[in-house]
Amino acid sequence: MSLIRSTAAELAAKIHGGEVSAVEVAQAHLDRISSVDKGVNAFLHVDTDGALAAAKKVDDDVAAGRPVASPLAGVPLALKDVLVAEGMPTTCGSKILEGWHSPYDSTVTRRLREAGVVILGKTNMDEFAMGSSTENSAYGPTHNPWDLDRIPGGSGGGSSAALAAFEAPLAIGTDTGGSIRQPGSVTGTVGVKPTYGSVSRYGLVAFSSSLDQAGPCARTVLDAALLHEVIAGYDNMDSTSIDAPVPPVVAAAREGASGDLSGVRVGVVSQFSGEGYQPGVLASFEAAVEQLRQLGAEVVQVSCPSFDYAMPAYYLIAPSEASSNLARFDAMRYGLRVGDDGTHGAEEVMALTRDAGFGAEVKRRIMIGTYALSSGYYDAYYGSAQKVRTLIARDFDAAFATVDVLVSPTTPTTAFKIGERVDDPMAMYKADLCTIPSNLAGNAAMSVPSGLSADDGLPVGLQIMAPALQDHRMYRVAAAYEVARDAAQGGPLIQRVPQLEGI
Amino acid sequence: MPSISRDEVAHLARLARLAVTDDELDLFAGQLDVILQSVSAVGDIATADIPPTSHAVPLTNVFREDVVRPSLGQAKTLAGAPAAEDGRFRVPRILGEEA
Repeated sequence: MSLIRSTAAELAAKIHGGEVSAVEVAQAHLDRISSVDKGVNAFLHVDTDGALAAAKKVDDDVAAGRPVASPLAGVPLALKDVLVAEGMPTTCGSKILEGWHSPYDSTVTRRLREAGVVILGKTNMDEFAMGSSTENSAYGPTHNPWDLDRIPGGSGGGSSAALAAFEAPLAIGTDTGGSIRQPGSVTGTVGVKPTYGSVSRYGLVAFSSSLDQAGPCARTVLDAALLHEVIAGYDNMDSTSIDAPVPPVVAAAREGASGDLSGVRVGVVSQFSGEGYQPGVLASFEAAVEQLRQLGAEVVQVSCPSFDYAMPAYYLIAPSEASSNLARFDAMRYGLRVGDDGTHGAEEVMALTRDAGFGAEVKRRIMIGTYALSSGYYDAYYGSAQKVRTLIARDFDAAFATVDVLVSPTTPTTAFKIGERVDDPMAMYKADLCTIPSNLAGNAAMSVPSGLSADDGLPVGLQIMAPALQDHRMYRVAAAYEVARDAAQGGPLIQRVPQLEGI
Repeated sequence: MPSISRDEVAHLARLARLAVTDDELDLFAGQLDVILQSVSAVGDIATADIPPTSHAVPLTNVFREDVVRPSLGQAKTLAGAPAAEDGRFRVPRILGEEA
C-alpha cells in the first residue's frame, strides 16, 4: 500500500520501526497536496518547511534509539484553520483575519507538536465555522473528493476532504453543531465530537463557546482514537475543561475490532427518520443497524421527542453566543481595518471593517443573535432555547438509562451540489438536524461511514452517540461495525474514492 | 409569529456594528424573517417550570493559581495590529461622533 493510502497506525509503525522515515512520509503527503489540491481546495496554507522540520525531529529520535514522543509521532495531520498555531496564518475562513498570524499556539496545537505529529498546514472551513458546506469560506469552497461538484460538508470540509483525497491521514476538526460529524459523513471518513470539555478550547477561535468542541478526524476508527488520546485532557487554560481522565478510547477501539457487541444495548432514535431523509440514507442506516444486531448488540427503538426542537434552539443559542464572541473583531487590535483615513471615527471604522470583512452567513447570525438577546425578545427566544436545552439533556438521560449508545443517520442526505443550498439558509441548516442534540447536551458523538447510498453512490454516515465521558462506548461500537462493514462490503469504503490524479 | 421589518434589520445592523448596504438589507430582511419564524418553535415546549441550561457541564468559579507567568510581550502583541505607533495600538479618533 502506498504511503498516502496507509492508515495513521500503519504509518506510525513503519516510522517507529525505521522502515520508512517521517520525512519521506511528510514529503509524500506534501507531493499529494501539490498534485490534487488545486481541484479539492482543502488547504488554505501548507507549511512545507515546518512539516519537514517536525518530521526530521522524529527521525532523529528513531535514529538515536530514543523513545518516540507518542504513538502518532511522525504521522502527518491537517489542522482546521480555526485553531491558532505560531508560524502559520490563522484565518478562520474569513477576510477579516486574512494574513493574521497568532502569537501563540492553541493547546491542541501544542499537544500535537509535543506528540511529534507533523502538521502539514491549515484546512479550509466555513467562515468562523458557520455553515454545513464550506461554501461560506472567503477563500472559495472545498470540493468533495467523491464528486468534485459536491460539497465536502461543513464547517470542517477542508479537513474531511483532505482525508478523503489522501492528502493527510489525520485531521483536526471542531464541532459546534455537527461540523466534524457531517463532513465525515459526506466524505466517507470518521469524525468524532468528544464530550464537551474534554479537548481544550484554548486557542480555538470561539464561535459558540458553550458548544464548540475540537475533535479527531481520520479514515479509520482506531486512527481517530489514537488522535483523540493525543489532543484530549484537562487544561487549566480553559475554564470549561473537565478535570477527569481521558476515556480509554484506544483500548475500546481495539476491543471493538474483535467484532463482538454482545451485551451492548443500542437505541435507534425514532425522531431521526421519515420526511426529508433520502431513501438511500435510510437504507444504509437500516443495514448498519442490522449489522450491529448481527454483532450481538440488542437494538431497541428510543423516542427523544424534544430532539425535534434541537435545531430551532441551536439556531438561537449559537448565533447569540456568536454575536457576543465576534464582537472582538473590532478592527483595533488585530485583523482587517477599513476606512481609517482620518475622516472616520472608531465606531465607523469598526462598522465598515465588519461589513467588509464578514461574509453573509456570519452577518446573518450576528444579527439573529443580537435580536435574540435584545431585552424585549430575550425570554421568547434565548431564554426558551435554554429551556429546550434542558429538555434535550433530559431526553438523553432517559435514553441512556436504558441503552448504552444511541444511533441515527449522521445527516439526512448525502453530499449536495455546490451552490444548491447557498441562497436558502434554512435548507442549509437542516444538514445538522441529527448532530445538534449532542452539542446542546454536551455528550460524545461520532460519525462512521456506513457505505454508499443506492440513490447516488455517495457516502452515508452512521452516527453513534454516547453519554458524557463515556466516549469509549461509541468507539467500541464503531470499531466493531467498521470491521463488519469492511467484511460485508469487500474492503474499506474509503479506498473506493475516485482517482484524483491529473487534476 | 414574528415578522421583522427592513427598518428593524437596519437597527440590528447598527447595534452589531455592521455597515450593511441597501442591497444587503433587502436580502437579510427576508432571510431573517424566515429564520426567526422557524426558530420561534422553541416557545411551543419551553414552559415556565423548566429551568434553563446555559452550559452542558455545570462548573462554577474555576480559578488558576495566582502566580506570575510569562506573557506575550509588546512586540508579539502588536505584531498583528492593523496599525501601531510608538509601541502602542494606533486607533481612529473616538470623540466627535454622534451619540
